[in-house]
Amino acid sequence: MQARAHPPTERLPIGARWNNFQRRYAPYIFISPFFILFAIFGLFPILFSLYLSFQSWQPAAGLGEMKFVGWRNFTDNLTDPTFWQSLRNTAVIGIESGLPQHLIAIPLAFAIHMAFKKAQGFLTALYFLPYITSVVAIAVIFVTIFSWQYGVLNALLTFLAGLPVIGGLFPQEKINWLGNREFVQPAVAAVVVWRYVGWNVVLYLSGLQAIPKDLYEAASVDGATTGQSFRFITLPLLRPIMFVAITLTLIGNLQLFEEPYIIAGDSGGIGNVALTTVMYMYRTYNFYGDAGLAAAMSWLLFVLIGALTLVNNRIFGRERLSGSD
Amino acid sequence: MAAPARPTTHVTRARAGRVPMSRWGAILLLAIGALITVAPFYFMFVFATHGRSEIFQLPPPVWFGDNATSNYQSLLERTPFWRNLWNSLYLAIMATVTTLFFCSLAGYAFAMYSFKGRELLFSIVLATLLIPSTLNIVPFALIMQALGWIDTPRALWVPGMASAFGIFLMRQYIGSAIPRELVEAARIDGSSEFGIYRRVILPLCGPALATLGLVTFINSWNNFLGPLIIFRSNETYTAPLALRSIQGLVNTDWGALMLGVALTVVPLIVVFVFAARQLIDGLTSGALKG
Repeated sequence: MQARAHPPTERLPIGARWNNFQRRYAPYIFISPFFILFAIFGLFPILFSLYLSFQSWQPAAGLGEMKFVGWRNFTDNLTDPTFWQSLRNTAVIGIESGLPQHLIAIPLAFAIHMAFKKAQGFLTALYFLPYITSVVAIAVIFVTIFSWQYGVLNALLTFLAGLPVIGGLFPQEKINWLGNREFVQPAVAAVVVWRYVGWNVVLYLSGLQAIPKDLYEAASVDGATTGQSFRFITLPLLRPIMFVAITLTLIGNLQLFEEPYIIAGDSGGIGNVALTTVMYMYRTYNFYGDAGLAAAMSWLLFVLIGALTLVNNRIFGRERLSGSD
Repeated sequence: MAAPARPTTHVTRARAGRVPMSRWGAILLLAIGALITVAPFYFMFVFATHGRSEIFQLPPPVWFGDNATSNYQSLLERTPFWRNLWNSLYLAIMATVTTLFFCSLAGYAFAMYSFKGRELLFSIVLATLLIPSTLNIVPFALIMQALGWIDTPRALWVPGMASAFGIFLMRQYIGSAIPRELVEAARIDGSSEFGIYRRVILPLCGPALATLGLVTFINSWNNFLGPLIIFRSNETYTAPLALRSIQGLVNTDWGALMLGVALTVVPLIVVFVFAARQLIDGLTSGALKG
């Protein structure tokens, strides 16, 4: 090193040399914790899980018992009816909870934006509250609310059904929300909707605030109603933020675990109707003790998430507003 | 909430007659939404003061009862609840303190230094945010087993100490809020690089640290899947896990359970009342700025 070029550095005093050194390498040292931790707890586990998905292995038996089985874990999953059922459940609960989230959040955000500027902070905080509440707490509360004979929801529905004019709109019989195959998925979906509406309201509000006011003023000068400005100004200009919000819902819903796991129980509810793919993967690992099969399942889900995100990009993306900096 | 009388001032914006109708529509919509949002919390508090048999009667109770003390005793019989709350608190504090340190340090480096590979390394940091967390469930459990970290809190706070999200957040803030000249001046004064971080950068990062701290704390406090994989006994359970284990018992004491739920939710509501804006900004910044 010294023999080559830099005579001046050689003559620098120790202090100055240390100074150069620490100045030069400080940024690398400062960012190194992330890369070290990611290597140990992020990259390595994922590569290990990829390796594992081609092995037959029960962790309880020890590392020596690992056996290479090729694609068998993947084909086993793909021919397992319960795996397909879990995908269907995930899709159904995902749609039943995903669509309403946005269909409710957009009008709510619009209403706050148009009519309640002053109370905006208070209202968004109120709607956001479920999002920062732990899923366990939420699930416990909703299990009592959904209770068949004595739950608050059924009591409310019974009351509404007894009203004179609109009574006919409501069920006359109590609904066994968590005990009847038909209602478990909507019940779980309702909780997810309740939890995430506020989150989406915040996203859409920030989108609404980015729309220039003069557009609305011009429209109202031309005699547009509120409904028309919503339809022809708000919705088209909300598209970029809609794309972000829908992408997040899509990715989150495909990985749904906590809500169904706690509301319907780790058994997945009556006839497995609330068994999502992540729940099934967790069960495969934790109860059946088959790490290889579970790892393969997580990669199948990963591929599905990637594919659907790409499809979503195709449909919704691209036409993003330019220069939104 | 105050002023249904205001629409007159809006007449210039849209033709008269239309605005009041839509404003009433907005009020109705927001009120129904608010009611549905708040009602479950209200029933949580009401049920926390009732015994099991009162909760499940017709009609269900809609006002507070006087069973809170016996619910409390029953809760403590089923789980060492204060211990569980402490476990949650300890975990959240460790996660928050370490995250604030490592993320601000890395955020400072990415924002204030020009070094070889900076852009590439920062895109790697951002790219890790795209990895779906479910991919990591099985290997996470296996690695913690291998490390012997099962049933220890560090299994949950060590891996996330330098989170990509936190680094992103801190870099954005430091890059936009702190002038580079300050760093240069400190350097000329002979401060070491870490000294600059500690004496110049850190004191000026207050708002961003508060936001990141709140987000980290709440995510840790509410985490369920992580502790579910790591903790195996009543003594090490965090509060959500303890509540879940009570719910699993055959004769669930719903009153006691509801009281426990209320005790875990109340601290969050208190924090939220004081820092809602900051918390909401922090939690959604990944989605909005990314």
